[in-house]
Amino acid sequence: MSRLHDMGGRFGDGPVVPDAAAAPVFETDWHARALALTLACGALGQWNIDVWRHARERLSPKDYSRFSYYEKWTSALEDRLVDTGVLTREDLLGNRLGQGGDDLHVLASRALRADAVAAPLGKGGPASRDSDIAPHFVVGDAVRTRHPGGSALVDGGHTRLPDYAVGARGRIMLHHGAHVLPDSRAHGLGEAPEPLYAVAFKASQLWTHPEHPGDEVVLDLWQSYLQPDPNPEPDPNVEASA
Amino acid sequence: MAGLGQAAPMPHDHSDHPHALLPSEPALRVKALETILVRKGLIDPAALDEIIDTYQNKIGPQNGARVVARAWSDPVFKAALLADADTVLAELGYYGRQGEHMVVVENTPEQHNMVVCTLCSCYPWPLLGIPPGWYKSDAYRARAVRAPRAVLAEFGVTLPAETSVRVWDSTAEVRYLVLPMRPAGTDAMEEEDLLALVSRDSMIGTALAALPAAALPPTTAPPTTNGAQT
Repeated sequence: MSRLHDMGGRFGDGPVVPDAAAAPVFETDWHARALALTLACGALGQWNIDVWRHARERLSPKDYSRFSYYEKWTSALEDRLVDTGVLTREDLLGNRLGQGGDDLHVLASRALRADAVAAPLGKGGPASRDSDIAPHFVVGDAVRTRHPGGSALVDGGHTRLPDYAVGARGRIMLHHGAHVLPDSRAHGLGEAPEPLYAVAFKASQLWTHPEHPGDEVVLDLWQSYLQPDPNPEPDPNVEASA
Repeated sequence: MAGLGQAAPMPHDHSDHPHALLPSEPALRVKALETILVRKGLIDPAALDEIIDTYQNKIGPQNGARVVARAWSDPVFKAALLADADTVLAELGYYGRQGEHMVVVENTPEQHNMVVCTLCSCYPWPLLGIPPGWYKSDAYRARAVRAPRAVLAEFGVTLPAETSVRVWDSTAEVRYLVLPMRPAGTDAMEEEDLLALVSRDSMIGTALAALPAAALPPTTAPPTTNGAQT
């Protein structure tokens, strides 16, 4: 149903290994370089963050599992650069053979300069938008996530509804206003902003063997991922003394 | 750089992914891509240095620690922060990429909060910088939502059974910062001294704020002035 990146709840990964207190921000120089290269290429304006996330998700399962974190970034970046026509396969191959051309690229005027780095990092890219779609839910409403899951717009496409929360029952906790719908923007289908909510799910709604019945997971979910739950469990915040 | 034309053996026999065209050894591969992009004028190497310097030295958990220490010291600030983090953080200059929509969640004796991104690696960059390796690891992404208490134990944190755990999975562009509980025995401490008690992990929710030196067994070591640099 989903892809390897959608790993919430998966078994078999072993313990988390915390880093040392004095660990450097970047484990090696090339990690730092890969991150900076990605951000600088992003400034060329040829893709948005949803396209970028989907590019990483689209790595084959084999590559996704064998690549380290920044190898995934670098691979997805190469794929994006070629898919958008910024580079050609020949550019990549030519360089490998030591024959790179020196002609200036048509996008070179957009290259991020050192003295201009602070602006895009500081400006960010807010996802909030005005929307004509009225909120259907208020805080406290009982909802159920869409089932089956996956992208409703593109078969096998990008979505931010993780598999582990598909068909689960929860309650609206926060209304964040309207945000760009990644399922749409990742595929060039427009921003399609709609209401976004933080939805709280009891651990027992998500897991067959929850660690602790009182624990919760909260996910940010778009309105089109949700439907009203006609038969909700009692709201623990309303009937706390039950 | 030697080796650019001498790629390691390709792991793909018949892949048509463009990313299979460059050397497979990661450091060589990143260098090769940078070289191509610089030749075409698409990348300014000095801009890369500047980006790295920004996240290595300027933006990091010291920003978040300042917000937490202030919230511990100033109830009016704390109330405003919990009610509307975006406005408060923008006034402090802690706005930017991957921190456009912030929510601060408060730990209490009844409720412990912990943040994850199961689908990728979303993280509040303007307040905490670049996420550590473990935050981006499969183990953390897979297990934080299903077994948060087991994960906390791997960080040396054991919560009382009566404390509920709420795990925030960052599935949209909203970023979450945990406001850890102010440790006991710090009532007399000034905001500047509290900074050293606020670790990066305590703001992700995989650690508690540190105890002050005065609450620890006597030691001859000098007190640290700022523990938030890493």
